[in-house]
Amino acid sequence: MRTIRIGSGAGYSGDRIEPAVELAEKGDIQYLVFECLGERTVALAQQARMKNPDGGYDPLLEERMRAVLPLCAARGIRIVTNMGAANPLAAARKTAEIAKSLGLSSLRIAAVIGDDVLDACKDGDLPIMEFDGTIKQLGNRLLSANAYLGAGPMAQALEGGADIVITGRASDPALFLAPMIHAFGWAMDDWNLLGQGTVAGHLLECAGQITGGYFADPGFKDIPDLARLGFPIGEVGEDGSLVITKVEGSGGAVTARTCKEQLLYEVHDPARYVQPDVVADFPQVKVEEIAKDRVRVSGGRGSRRTPTLKVSVGYVDSFIGEGQISYAGPGALARGKLALEIVRERLRLTGVVSSELRFELIGVDSLHGAQLSAHANEPYEVRVRVAGRTENRSEAVRIGNEVETLYTNGPAAGGGAFKSARDVVAVASVLLPRELAKPSIQFVGG
Amino acid sequence: MTKLREIAQSRTGDKGNTSNISVIAYHEKHYPLLLEQVTPERVKAHFAGVVEGEVVRYELPSISALNFVMTGALGGGVTRSLALDAHGKSLSSALLDLEIEAVPD
Repeated sequence: MRTIRIGSGAGYSGDRIEPAVELAEKGDIQYLVFECLGERTVALAQQARMKNPDGGYDPLLEERMRAVLPLCAARGIRIVTNMGAANPLAAARKTAEIAKSLGLSSLRIAAVIGDDVLDACKDGDLPIMEFDGTIKQLGNRLLSANAYLGAGPMAQALEGGADIVITGRASDPALFLAPMIHAFGWAMDDWNLLGQGTVAGHLLECAGQITGGYFADPGFKDIPDLARLGFPIGEVGEDGSLVITKVEGSGGAVTARTCKEQLLYEVHDPARYVQPDVVADFPQVKVEEIAKDRVRVSGGRGSRRTPTLKVSVGYVDSFIGEGQISYAGPGALARGKLALEIVRERLRLTGVVSSELRFELIGVDSLHGAQLSAHANEPYEVRVRVAGRTENRSEAVRIGNEVETLYTNGPAAGGGAFKSARDVVAVASVLLPRELAKPSIQFVGG
Repeated sequence: MTKLREIAQSRTGDKGNTSNISVIAYHEKHYPLLLEQVTPERVKAHFAGVVEGEVVRYELPSISALNFVMTGALGGGVTRSLALDAHGKSLSSALLDLEIEAVPD
């Protein structure tokens, strides 16, 4: 039976680069996938592209490509990534330029374009899923609309001989499904194979989260050598069989426990994991350890894809102003609480306009609120945090100011104040009839 | 009495303003305890003041796991929340503090 090995070289845009180099060098892989595009990243990238028509792709593209291209080219490893963000074509051109500078100008690079569906969404004035309203009602706050494309266009690019495939918004598991479809010729309506392939992609897409990252809990869930945490490899057979493993000698661990946790990560109804290519079905999935750092995952299934594609809509939401200051030693908690009361009162007295405010003590109740922290012991130090949502930057600035002025206008011995004001680009979703997204492939270089 | 942490592992994921928390028994034999005691009502009560919407539970006996989907849990959504932990990544640790009536062997 034919088998391919796919390495997962990044789980988010800022991820570590060394494990990807290790995968390319020692992973005996044929494909290296970089998943670098968060929910909101594409909207921010769209803003960058508006400022610079040649920008709008992943800021670490150059660093990653320089680190892995020579190794990948020497071993024939093909790369699939969504580092194109809001400008896959510019990312492909940049990659071609990098390849040339490394003496690798024969590499063929494909950009998948067409995930930008802003016009189609405006024409349809589609309803927003998260709150009452439509695309048109966002008015000039609307920044971007990008459809989660499936594996089809990426698989076609591989079919066309691409060594490197760069896409913008695509479903994360689809980045991994594309090499499987290409290597094994899976039919795009073989729902069970696409479902099991989606299980593989879903398990791999967050890189270190299946090898012991976001997992370790000393005394309960110990993981060896986290500092050198290695990234995972999926060994996929043409019948959909799957073994998750990692580079021998790398840090971390692949166990039934790490795999089960990742299987349910960001999943809602496990029987209906909706993807562009298939609705995957997890309840029959079995997870077995077959050797050290080798886990077999079987039983993923699927059913017919939905008639719509999910679209991420980026829009200007609000501004957030924030301030923090610390208190320590005897009475720290009481002084922290007093500080919060002072700021609450001053924001009222000075008439700062905000639609939402948070007053909390880091080290006490900032993460889980008042009820869960009610019986906590008194900490040695606390950090006051006040955050508020405003309509404009100048109001946001005033929130941080009211915390900073506690230095000379608040309880004793407050130190280490910090303040910030930032604009918020938020993301909502709409469903677009799939025929309205028209992806295409453009080759660069080679 | 014991803590959920003694018999199960947990991980939080985020999508928009919805948080999902898995609870996975370390041993198959403890799955019935989870089914019986880690109910959506208890989870909702545990997260009072944090989760504004409903809590729905999905069951996965093949891996001895439950998956809780909590709406209105992330301060209006990951991309706009005022919270320090906008993703709610730390919520799984709070759930593992739940009391379970059983002595693990």
